[in-house]
Amino acid sequence: MKWPGLLLILVLGAGVVGLQAVYERQGGPLAATEENLLYVRSPEAIQRLALSYSALLADLYWIRAVQHYGGTRLSKDPAARYDRLYPLLDLTTSLDPRFRLAYLLGSIFLAEPPPGGPGRTDLAIALLEKGLRAEPQQWEYAQAIGFVHYWWEKDYEDAAAWFLRAADIPGAAEWLRPLAATTLAQGGSRASSRLLWQQILSTAENGWYRNEAQRRLRQLDAMDQLDRLRAAVDAYRKARGSPPGDWPDLRAAGYLRGTPVDPTGAPYRLAGGIVSLDPASSLNPLPTEPVRVR
Amino acid sequence: MHVVRHVALNVFKESVRDRVLYSLVAFAVLLIGGSYLIGELTAGQDIKIIKDFGLATIATFGLLIAVFIGMGLVWKEVERRSIYNLLTKPVRRHEFIIGKFAGLALTLFINVAAMTVVFYAVLAYLDTLFPENVRAIWPAPAVDPGMLRAVALIFVELLVVTAIALFFSTFSSPFFAAVLTFGLWVSGHFNADLRNFEAVVDSPAAAYLARGLYYVLPNFAAFDIKTQVVYALPVPVSYLVTTAAYGVVYVALLLTGAVVIFARRDFK
Repeated sequence: MKWPGLLLILVLGAGVVGLQAVYERQGGPLAATEENLLYVRSPEAIQRLALSYSALLADLYWIRAVQHYGGTRLSKDPAARYDRLYPLLDLTTSLDPRFRLAYLLGSIFLAEPPPGGPGRTDLAIALLEKGLRAEPQQWEYAQAIGFVHYWWEKDYEDAAAWFLRAADIPGAAEWLRPLAATTLAQGGSRASSRLLWQQILSTAENGWYRNEAQRRLRQLDAMDQLDRLRAAVDAYRKARGSPPGDWPDLRAAGYLRGTPVDPTGAPYRLAGGIVSLDPASSLNPLPTEPVRVR
Repeated sequence: MHVVRHVALNVFKESVRDRVLYSLVAFAVLLIGGSYLIGELTAGQDIKIIKDFGLATIATFGLLIAVFIGMGLVWKEVERRSIYNLLTKPVRRHEFIIGKFAGLALTLFINVAAMTVVFYAVLAYLDTLFPENVRAIWPAPAVDPGMLRAVALIFVELLVVTAIALFFSTFSSPFFAAVLTFGLWVSGHFNADLRNFEAVVDSPAAAYLARGLYYVLPNFAAFDIKTQVVYALPVPVSYLVTTAAYGVVYVALLLTGAVVIFARRDFK
């Protein structure tokens, strides 16, 4: 009886694996069930249902939020939407109102414009304000609201006001006041953008945040380099009457010494006298040039 | 006292024979595997998530052990008819009940202690993976002794759950004992709602009844300080002492009830 029993287990086990493979080959879940549903949308309800596991549930919702954001961002489906991002972040922060990273990273996810994010700066600010209500001493949330106004809304007066509000919170970083002053005086200059991202880089709490700050700083460097290259192209055009065809023309004329590359090492493109990033460069798309305040 | 110790050690040995301690291996695998997966799945706050995960797992495994062993502690002796044999020996009924409780409490203590050691070992290992500047902004170090306060209250909570399961085990089948224990555990987390019941009902009688239940039902929410220790928030010593005392008195109440019911049972 022992061997027939084992044999039956093996056969049934192989059957289970085989049928799962068939399911996978047929395309996995049916279209109507593929949607990753949020069974509970009410933060109040989930807080009650969590019993003594609210922190653990918050972690699970945070992981879902990260997966939803990353999955949608990487999805090749043009219909992919970030429609569950805010509800997931709202549930996370209702279950654990001190979940610092959910506020800080969540606001970055929400504010990022399409296709990299939903472009919902209003929800990003609402999430951070919720964090401030839970922990008014967290100056980073006020700074992050200022950042959303600065970087995404190009509203430098509000940005400066929030940087100052952050600076007024006991224990806040000393660089917030100079940042507010620079923001007000110079608006969205690259210098103030660089200062902001450098501060974020130096205080970043995790790899994703740090990488994002590094990428933004490299974008600012690339924008400086592009300005210099465009100036060289203009000088060539003025001297020769027509734009250079490619980088060797500029090199031969003495404007350059080699093929220019962006901070990631990807060569810049020159076509029809127009300088741009290589389409394959990870720095794409560059942020729109900030508009100076008044 | 000697009899109580003897019964308790027997319960402990029986639990080990029931392979309850294998749950520790499952705990270690879950925690270590979970740590790796969490690192892959989430963006940051891995240590906070591992702490939440570890403390919740200790509480859950302990709850399952308390309920599933506690529910059959007395019933099994009656069902096997070994109780007849036992009661012919110089074992008084209250010694039998207290010994059963102490045995399960010892099993739980060993389990919780071992799970805590594994938990701290995983945290100590993860601690080495993070650079100094990242560790500096954590609200508490990875290997934070302050978390033992939460583990201690989890243990007291498990003692109350064990006492409830044992209480129900003296007069009902294991199935009903388990259902009733889980029911009380769940309702014990809604105590705050009972306190504020008058805000949602018009009937003063219902409000008084709810207020009465609030004081009588075990307040399990009070034992939950996991969030506080993970974020290194202050937990006053007076709170720990009062909550632990509440648990101990509740256990004493339930054991007394169990002894009274068991003493009245007729095994002829």
